[in-house]
Amino acid sequence: MAALNSEAVLEVNDLSMTYQIRQGEVKAVQEVSFRLDRGQSLGLVGESGCGKSSVANCLMGLLPDNARVSNGQVILGGQDLLAMPEEALRLFRWNRIAMVFQAAMNVLDPVYRVGHQIVEAIEAHGIDSSEADSRARVAELFRKVGLDPRLIDRYPHEFSGGMRQRAVIAMALSCDPDVIIADEPTTALDVIMQDRILRELKAIQTDNDLAVIYISHDIAVIAEVTDSVAVMYAGRLVELGSTTEVLTSPMHHYTAALTSSFPSLLGDKRPLTVLGGEPPDLLSPDPGCPFAPRCPAATDICGQEPPPMVVRRPSTGSGHEEGGGHWATCWHPADPAPTLTVRQAHGELVEPEREL
Amino acid sequence: MSVLAPGPHPGPPQEGEGTAALLVEVCRLTRRFAVTKNLFRRPSSFIHAVDGVSFQLRRGESLGVVGESGCGKTTVGKLLVKLIEPDDGRITFRFAGGHPDSSPNLTVRPAHGELVEPGAGMLGGDGTVREVDPALLRGAALKDFRRRAQMIFQDPYESMNPRRTIYDIVSEPLSVQGLGSVMDRVNRVREVLNSVGLAPASDFLFRHPHELSGGQRQRVAIGRALVIGPEFVVADEPTSMLDVSSRAGIMLLMQQLAQDLEISYLHITHDLAVARYMCDRIAVMYLGKIVELGETEELLRHPLHPYTKALLSAVPLPTPGHRRSPPDIHGDLALPIDPPPRCRFYDRCPIATEQCRDNPHPPSEEKAPGHQVACYEA
Repeated sequence: MAALNSEAVLEVNDLSMTYQIRQGEVKAVQEVSFRLDRGQSLGLVGESGCGKSSVANCLMGLLPDNARVSNGQVILGGQDLLAMPEEALRLFRWNRIAMVFQAAMNVLDPVYRVGHQIVEAIEAHGIDSSEADSRARVAELFRKVGLDPRLIDRYPHEFSGGMRQRAVIAMALSCDPDVIIADEPTTALDVIMQDRILRELKAIQTDNDLAVIYISHDIAVIAEVTDSVAVMYAGRLVELGSTTEVLTSPMHHYTAALTSSFPSLLGDKRPLTVLGGEPPDLLSPDPGCPFAPRCPAATDICGQEPPPMVVRRPSTGSGHEEGGGHWATCWHPADPAPTLTVRQAHGELVEPEREL
Repeated sequence: MSVLAPGPHPGPPQEGEGTAALLVEVCRLTRRFAVTKNLFRRPSSFIHAVDGVSFQLRRGESLGVVGESGCGKTTVGKLLVKLIEPDDGRITFRFAGGHPDSSPNLTVRPAHGELVEPGAGMLGGDGTVREVDPALLRGAALKDFRRRAQMIFQDPYESMNPRRTIYDIVSEPLSVQGLGSVMDRVNRVREVLNSVGLAPASDFLFRHPHELSGGQRQRVAIGRALVIGPEFVVADEPTSMLDVSSRAGIMLLMQQLAQDLEISYLHITHDLAVARYMCDRIAVMYLGKIVELGETEELLRHPLHPYTKALLSAVPLPTPGHRRSPPDIHGDLALPIDPPPRCRFYDRCPIATEQCRDNPHPPSEEKAPGHQVACYEA
């Protein structure tokens, strides 16, 4: 078992996961590793189908029947979730790690009152309390997420989109977890409501010293709410580092393409670059870098050999921001990249080919 | 009622341009939807989805309509292409010459494959301009209107029949309009698919929508709208369902096509950053009213209406470390069901005064050249 850092609340090591479909095995998540400290927030960005939500579902232990975790560990509070029996996992889930789902309308059951559904979540996860205590707890949660506690006995259809999203956040907080996964928490909302929900999530994170994983394709949201960013492409993490470093001086060409294809409301109206091509087929991935066919800097080696992990700044083991380092898996990392160490998949050290 | 009287002129035509430069003029457009409480009674309350909206769209221009969900922006788009009928007000299209029933032939240009035929183009050979009010159109004239005004829908997963091939989908407008022979249509569809970036077309013709990615599907949707060479296209959030990487591609494609084919867009979006890149002018809607309208950069840099200011300050920026102050706005968005006859923004406005409470919704006034605002306090 990997050595546990005292501060890390969640550690994911070499996580690989596949979906079995008729045509074969879809390698949805491959060798994903990251760690999250108490009070920190991590953004998981990438295109749809890149495996962001699969990673989240792995962490929650909510995988469909055709999914199989082929390798790796998810260590939460010193225990490996993937090695746990389902019964133990059920109590662990929601008490230690909870999720704010994207489609708030689909999470809330339309025929039950909103407050009742949260009480149910509290009771189902082994918290012994009387009905009255649970309701008092729900009222407190409602206040925390900015909902009027008098709305406890309303039905979901009486809530607006923003109110429903708040109710779902209250539900995720109901068992006082250490880690919250927010899967596109504001994608369906208008900007003003999005702003309010993000501010509230941020305040709750600070108050409760929560670790939060934001999953989003919206780089602007990620830039505002996260301390560090992990960029996923074709089931792999291709770059990880502090939000500022990754978004302002990306090492991986995919990250660079993502940031420069994003329109900005203020500042110079720089031209948008278009990333051509389509993500690769995950049924039979090529041996080399998955991004090579779309990469502007690709050379022959990119399509043949898996790219090395290039570290611009090594992790000092003290949290993500600044201390978490900055790395990417690329044969030709973008400049300026004062590369310190290079580690190839097999462990040998190689010099990276640098662009001029 | 004086519905036919010209409303306040939004954005005066540029110097040297007469009304020939205008493609669409919208005057006090109104549409209400009944809130049905009792199936057997006459509805007593109405959602004022679009309430006295006036604006003009110039030829070749892209006008953005932005606002939160429920502000009536999609209703405006549907009214313009006659998918729904207005209750009041008037829409006038000024189409290039040519009579509706003159030679509906499909002329396919070989080789260089520009999509200028049929229908598209500036003024007709004789330089005439035909005024068309979609509300009055029936039969052949309506069919001709459909050929000139098209719509691209938001969700490329819902807007196509999954059982039909890409060829069926893109060629349908041609067969509805009875244009060209089968061979002509095949050539035309190939040409359009190439021009929307689905090349080589033969790879796509006989595939089904589920085999394509979101970005590719939206390209098919654009191809379907453009295959009959419209002059005017309503694009309803064409990029909001797409990934960041394919979004930029669709945005550039739409700009390119607008330039090459002289298409005018009404671009409906909730994303101000997208509107900044796609639109020459932006109209901000709030609960059925246009509250501010101006040139894109002017409106984004010098917003005058408190709602526009709140919207702009709520948009997250992709610049790490940037700190925004919370938007200055009260309460939540409500539906405009029988709204009181005062400024629609009154309940949420941070600068509302007694004047705003006691007077009707403020009229649109030009506060700077081409920049109009409907606010007593701005």
